Amino acid sequence: MQRLTEFLIGLLFGLGLMLAGMTDPGKVLGFLDLAGSWDPSLAFVMGGAIGVGFFAFALARRRTQAFLGGAIELPARRDIDRPLVLGSLVFGVGWGLAGLCPGPALVAAGAGHWQAWLFVAAMLAGMAAHDFAPLSSNDVLPEHRP
Amino acid sequence: MTIDWMHFTPWTSLAGGLLIGLAVALFLLLNGRVLGISGIAGGLLRARKGDAGWRLAFLAGLLVAPAVWALFRAPVVPRFDAGWPLLVVAGLLVGWGTRHGSGCTSGHGVCGLSRLSPRSLVATLAFMGAGFATVFVLRHWVA
Repeated sequence: MQRLTEFLIGLLFGLGLMLAGMTDPGKVLGFLDLAGSWDPSLAFVMGGAIGVGFFAFALARRRTQAFLGGAIELPARRDIDRPLVLGSLVFGVGWGLAGLCPGPALVAAGAGHWQAWLFVAAMLAGMAAHDFAPLSSNDVLPEHRP
Repeated sequence: MTIDWMHFTPWTSLAGGLLIGLAVALFLLLNGRVLGISGIAGGLLRARKGDAGWRLAFLAGLLVAPAVWALFRAPVVPRFDAGWPLLVVAGLLVGWGTRHGSGCTSGHGVCGLSRLSPRSLVATLAFMGAGFATVFVLRHWVA
């Protein structure tokens, strides 16, 4: 049952990304190009997603158990540290170079575009380079928590 | 600043955002997890026994989305500006950066802002700012 909901939620999320226009790097770059001919669509994606998400997290805070039984695991950290800022800046540069972030890249790969497969392969290599590097921040933070 | 009215899609983008929010809500309330793609995918690299199945199930859902989409609507035709060297560099930066910064557009941008996390607000401002700056340099200085 859990595996099935995870699969279906992944599918729903992927369909949402496609409808939103996020799986077209050209559209993402159109949003990031403030000084050019600007396409504000992605602000509407964020607005719609956060509009729903806000209530979900408000409800989740009052519960300790998920509806399928497991524990609700919410990130607990509140400190602003160097890896958070440096990592996010590096991610943003990569996002601006190609117009792809992890979710839409995987969906575009599912559609069979070689560019997306190449990007995903490089992304996994970048993740591995981080996670398996000696003295990475993972030595201090065993769990990946946003 | 001029608005690109030709490509502006407020309603479908809003509807897509609502679906994304619904997926986030269901994942949180049914499965008890924060929906962050870089965390779900990256966690596979060092997954302990029993921690890989749910990640693979979710990612399989993402990968089949275009096939399911094709049953109802015309396929999305993506515009890839970047050639292969730029795609490789961008992928490496996105992979390393999202792991170092503990999240991406979904984990920090959608989930983090939804739960009013100060860490995620800082992360989102950082990657959006870096994204705006990168496109500015690429399109208005270099090109």
